[in-house]
Amino acid sequence: MAEARLMWVEQLGRRTLGLVAEAGYLSALLAESLYWLFVGSFQRQPVRVSAVFSEMMRAGVNAIPIVFLLSFSIGIMLAIQGIHTLRTFGAESQVVIGIALSITREFGPLITGIVVAGRTGSALAARIGTMVVSEEIDALRVMGIQPVRYLVSPVLLAMLVMLPALTVMADFAGLLGGAVYSALDLGISYGAYADRVISVLKTGDVLQGLTKSCVFATIVTLVGVANGFSVSGGAEGVGRATTRSVVLAISGIVIADMVFTWFLNR
Amino acid sequence: MVTPDAQESDIAGRAEAVVEVQDLVAHYGRHKVLDGVNLSVEAGEIHIIMGGSGSGKSTLLRHLLGLRRVSSGRIRLLGQELEGIHRQALQELRKQIGVSFQGGALLSSMTVGENVTLPLREHTRLDESTMAIMARMKLEVVNLGGFEHFMPSQLSGGMTKRAALARAIVMDPKLLFFDEPSAGLDPVVSAELDELILRLREAMHMSIVVVTHELESAFRIADRITVLDSGRILISDTVEKVKSSPNPRVQDLLNRRPRVEELDADAYLARLTGE
Repeated sequence: MAEARLMWVEQLGRRTLGLVAEAGYLSALLAESLYWLFVGSFQRQPVRVSAVFSEMMRAGVNAIPIVFLLSFSIGIMLAIQGIHTLRTFGAESQVVIGIALSITREFGPLITGIVVAGRTGSALAARIGTMVVSEEIDALRVMGIQPVRYLVSPVLLAMLVMLPALTVMADFAGLLGGAVYSALDLGISYGAYADRVISVLKTGDVLQGLTKSCVFATIVTLVGVANGFSVSGGAEGVGRATTRSVVLAISGIVIADMVFTWFLNR
Repeated sequence: MVTPDAQESDIAGRAEAVVEVQDLVAHYGRHKVLDGVNLSVEAGEIHIIMGGSGSGKSTLLRHLLGLRRVSSGRIRLLGQELEGIHRQALQELRKQIGVSFQGGALLSSMTVGENVTLPLREHTRLDESTMAIMARMKLEVVNLGGFEHFMPSQLSGGMTKRAALARAIVMDPKLLFFDEPSAGLDPVVSAELDELILRLREAMHMSIVVVTHELESAFRIADRITVLDSGRILISDTVEKVKSSPNPRVQDLLNRRPRVEELDADAYLARLTGE
């Protein structure tokens, strides 16, 4: 019995140490990526602009249809639920307030973050993992090319630009979804809906969502890259890293969202 | 006992050595993979590191490339100590070194031409047309002229190795490492690569370190051979001296005789029962 309890404590200790080590690694990765972004040019090792644009295309522009579709659907769902709930109090005309605040503060950045984690985070882990397995990362190192500068910094910069941009689009799509359903159910005109949204929303509400999206961009990039770099064991290892990357990134996004919401709304 | 000063003067006395390894010890976890390895590669020579699977030759190569930290011992490349080297200095050193990996390690998202120009693009300020001409020149050297627009996935095994070699020599390195050039290739392609290595040494006056377990290839191109077994160097000498070595393990490797281990009945039973 005592031995089993000791084993449990030992396991807990090991996992805690593993978590601390992983957090340390992610911090070091972030620091090195930012170092190359800001200092690389002065050391004649700039981050490749073409790679930044290519990542912006891959992570951002290509994600527009799915982010738009999901945000539009979320907007409709919020309108349906909001109208159904508020009808109990005869206050269904106030649904616009709920939709506007929920979308800009919460659902816009959250949906964007989750979609990007599923698309870009997993692709990043798979791409870097495959490069590790095929010795491409070692090849970069022995050619005197820092893998973090060459592979990670462009992605981080692209994500920090594109995730807020996608979030703004997701906000519009969500609000549009809400507008369409409100118009159908309550007969609110699009003009009146827009007026109400503008009067309800403050700059801080939108900024709150955009700040979150920057944090989500950092989480998705670092988790994807770290899992890619840690690949061992060939194709199976790449598959494991990809799955782990998506699960950890989405968990990280939701937990970070909760912490942010708590801090920003107290 | 050898003092650090004596070691310094020893190294200085052999200024022509492009690779110097002294008492290198390396571990994977608790398992000792290299045990007191001493090695010297002279300028302009083709030095073969050979040994069976698990002998530690790939680990030794990774240490020589600065991809792993040593447990103890010293490694000097082109006169520079690897341990504790500043990142900037290591980067400068790597510009003078070319490496061709076993599987080629070409970046799969780039064409062959882009792979070959990559080091030029990162380390020089040459214009695009000059880089393209240099890449085509190196591809011609390895008999891959006209393949610059191919993707790595479109190349055969031998072509991939030659493309990787073109990338490795594009900066005109003083020292070239070649990991298992013959692995997975048919004898004809393998012989062509051997010829290519010999031609490169003649044309570019570089020192070449080849890691291989192919005896025929090793004897064909080597000036000196180092034979590794279980993490230790059995012999490091000229081809003739290696061939006539009285060391039974060297002869086993040269004559492809399997190692016959005496059966320890107690240990065997313990392994079976898991005790």
